[in-house]
Amino acid sequence: MATFDVHPAEMQSAAPARRLSQHGRLVLVWLVLATAPFLLPNAYWVSLANLALINLILIASLNLLMGYGGQISLAHAGFFGLGAYASGILNVKYGISPWMGLPAAALVAGLGALLIGIPALRLRGHYLAMATLGWNAILVVFFTQLVDLTGGPNGLLGVAPFSLFGHALDTEMKIFPLVWAVAFLVMLAILHLLRSRVGRAVRAVATNELGAEAVGIDSFRTKLVVFVLSAAMAGVAGSLYVHVNQYASPETFGIAPSIMLLVMVAIGGAGTFFGPVLGAIVYTAVPQVLLDYEDAELMLFGLGMLVVLILFPGGLAGIPAAIARALRRKAS
Amino acid sequence: MSATLLEVTGLTCRFAGVTAVADLSFQVKAGEIKAVIGPNGAGKSTLFNMIAGVTRPSEGAIFLDGARIDPLPTFERARRGIARTFQNLQIFREMTVLENVMVGRHLVGRATTLTAMLRTPAVRAEERTMAEAGMALLERFGLAGRAHQPAGALSFGQMKVLELARALAGAPRLLLLDEPAAGLPHAEADRMAQTIRGLNRDGMSVLLVEHNMRMVMSLSHDILVLNNGRRIAEGSADEVRSHPEVLSAYLGEEVEDA
Amino acid sequence: MQTGSALLQVLVSGIGTGAVYALVALGFNVVFKSTGAMNFAQGEWVVMGGMITALLIGTFSGIGLAVVAAVVLVGVVGLLSERLVVRPLRRPDALVITLVTIGLSILTRSLIMLVLGKKPVGYAGFSGNTTLSLGGVSIQAQTLWIIAITLVFLAVMHAFFERSMLGKALRAAAADREAASIVGVNVQGTILVSFGIAALAGALAGAIVTPLTLASYDQGAMFGFKGFSAAMLGGVGSLPGAVVGGLALGLLEAFGSFYISSDFKDAIAFAVLLLILFARPSGLLGRADIVKV
Repeated sequence: MATFDVHPAEMQSAAPARRLSQHGRLVLVWLVLATAPFLLPNAYWVSLANLALINLILIASLNLLMGYGGQISLAHAGFFGLGAYASGILNVKYGISPWMGLPAAALVAGLGALLIGIPALRLRGHYLAMATLGWNAILVVFFTQLVDLTGGPNGLLGVAPFSLFGHALDTEMKIFPLVWAVAFLVMLAILHLLRSRVGRAVRAVATNELGAEAVGIDSFRTKLVVFVLSAAMAGVAGSLYVHVNQYASPETFGIAPSIMLLVMVAIGGAGTFFGPVLGAIVYTAVPQVLLDYEDAELMLFGLGMLVVLILFPGGLAGIPAAIARALRRKAS
Repeated sequence: MSATLLEVTGLTCRFAGVTAVADLSFQVKAGEIKAVIGPNGAGKSTLFNMIAGVTRPSEGAIFLDGARIDPLPTFERARRGIARTFQNLQIFREMTVLENVMVGRHLVGRATTLTAMLRTPAVRAEERTMAEAGMALLERFGLAGRAHQPAGALSFGQMKVLELARALAGAPRLLLLDEPAAGLPHAEADRMAQTIRGLNRDGMSVLLVEHNMRMVMSLSHDILVLNNGRRIAEGSADEVRSHPEVLSAYLGEEVEDA
Repeated sequence: MQTGSALLQVLVSGIGTGAVYALVALGFNVVFKSTGAMNFAQGEWVVMGGMITALLIGTFSGIGLAVVAAVVLVGVVGLLSERLVVRPLRRPDALVITLVTIGLSILTRSLIMLVLGKKPVGYAGFSGNTTLSLGGVSIQAQTLWIIAITLVFLAVMHAFFERSMLGKALRAAAADREAASIVGVNVQGTILVSFGIAALAGALAGAIVTPLTLASYDQGAMFGFKGFSAAMLGGVGSLPGAVVGGLALGLLEAFGSFYISSDFKDAIAFAVLLLILFARPSGLLGRADIVKV
């Protein structure tokens, strides 16, 4: 019977030549991104760019957990929410600055992950998926029902934006540099992690727990660390989100978004470094593009998803390799 | 004389109404190669898995350098200097050959999650030395040419060598080899035996489970023979070879290359 | 109302809901057994069952025929889904199939929305809107129909898997794919059949529960999730587990919302589910996975 384990599809090698170019590619992409606010036609597009960068943090951190770490989590949007509400509530209720809210969000989300991770990471595959799904569902119930704290179904209102030297970063253009910088730091941190013994341990545990334990890796602790780390990153995204939108509501952090994030990791290319960039673009841009088609939007989205999943098992990031393979087959 | 490195006392393993290993006691001396042999179902794998930490003993104790290790999980035993290979190969197929060996050196590294993310100068230096040490090991085992290929692309024999290299990467004191010759053609099995002998000459202590009698007889300083979970003979190759109980235990069994 | 009869009422309602969940969980488990994947489209088939029955009521003389026609139709949809979406997969491992069913669920829901409309639909119970009074407790006739029909379906399923060649073939393929194909079982075909059965079970659940809840295009996720939870609770992949899990979930919800605040009742159900997962990951009836070194 087929088991429900994640098989990290393509893992990047540690070959020195490739490593430099990945680092270099990251810097290059971010330099190009830096020009976005000046090149994009209007503020609406810049707000999309901000959203895309926040989604990137979410998808990249989930990719770290799923694509490299081999763990299924259906609670990622829930941790996103924990971060958003933590940072937002600290600001609205206690007047705490978003700059303090950001690390607090990471902490709260990380704690939330620890709480569920310790019992749940002993489980595998579909059991872990179910446990994280249940956890997300519980979190949503709390987001919705603790009205005094969270604002309930109507959402948390009146969240202040980030401010620098007394100036509020309350427009899309003004907040872009911060979102741009934080997303870059998260991607860089992930890259550095993967290029270290910790990253190799994570991938080893994902591939083969028995082999990993044999060389001295505490597999449970490794899994827990990645789980908490990825949740903390989602928390950071949450803090950015709540102070950019000055608002948060429970449905952004529910099971459906959690499922979609998982799908985006796969569509971008699980276990690849730049896959999340493609996933974030798809996740952000496609609904916007399809808005014109109204009811058919959903159908086209579903169709598109199926096409990618069936034709490109390595995700969008795997397309160049898939094309290369197809060309080679044609030549032979 | 030679100090006792590994000691097993009264080791018993019972599950599902079957006693796989019963009241077994023996020692592995530092610097020796000890083989565990016996017909199929004799309890060799169970014994091996108990020493490696994969299976919990029902009774008895295991000591490494006089310290009890049987309550410890596998990764703790690795930290104490025990390395092992697997009968069914547990290499990391999607990682490169070099990365497999570098993972073997996991315990030598000092990078933490935080320092790794920050990529401190110490971490950068550690990565360099780990890669160098890994390449050196691969050179020694003739796999350097395939360093950046995925481990899954290697031939079966090469994978066995890789797993051995990975086990050695952490500079262990005791090597547990689980059927190192299994699945290898004669020439490669002989090369494996040579490699093990070379390691032992450099001071490595080895405990191996093996069916290949040629390898066992030529390599081992001491041989432990199991049948039905109990010791039926223990001694040098000559002593074991002519032992009446050993011969009768193997009657009706296909003995490879004896 | 006396406490005794209140309790009985909650019990019956819980069993009724539980029966519906059991059907959904059954469908879920059948696909899981044959592919290892979590079928996210399961809930959409439930919705289709209800909505298509509503559509066909005018066409057929009796509601029974409408239900049968709808269920068969959705069964065909299930077969088509497997053919179009699962069969072409180059590497059909459990995770990819799961992801593909997510896409399938989105596609299915959008088609439901476009073809069957966004308005909730419903119809009268199989015995009209009768409410029976048994021992001082008022029970809706439809609830009894639900329980009865579910029992019949379960009996049919049991006979199918235990007695028929096809059923045994499915079980063989699920237990050991390679061994089954060696003895001549068409493994790909069993996956096709399992999708068909899952769709049938789901559609039936939707058809029999609609008189009580109305059917609407957006209920799929909820049904799927509940069926998923019930399957997990009873032991995923275990067919009797689907029944136990479904009943357990139904009763948990009924008693939870009666005794404890109904606001937090969902959280309570999940919390209990999590506790069971941690205490006994294989569910109430499942068997632990054994890994051989």
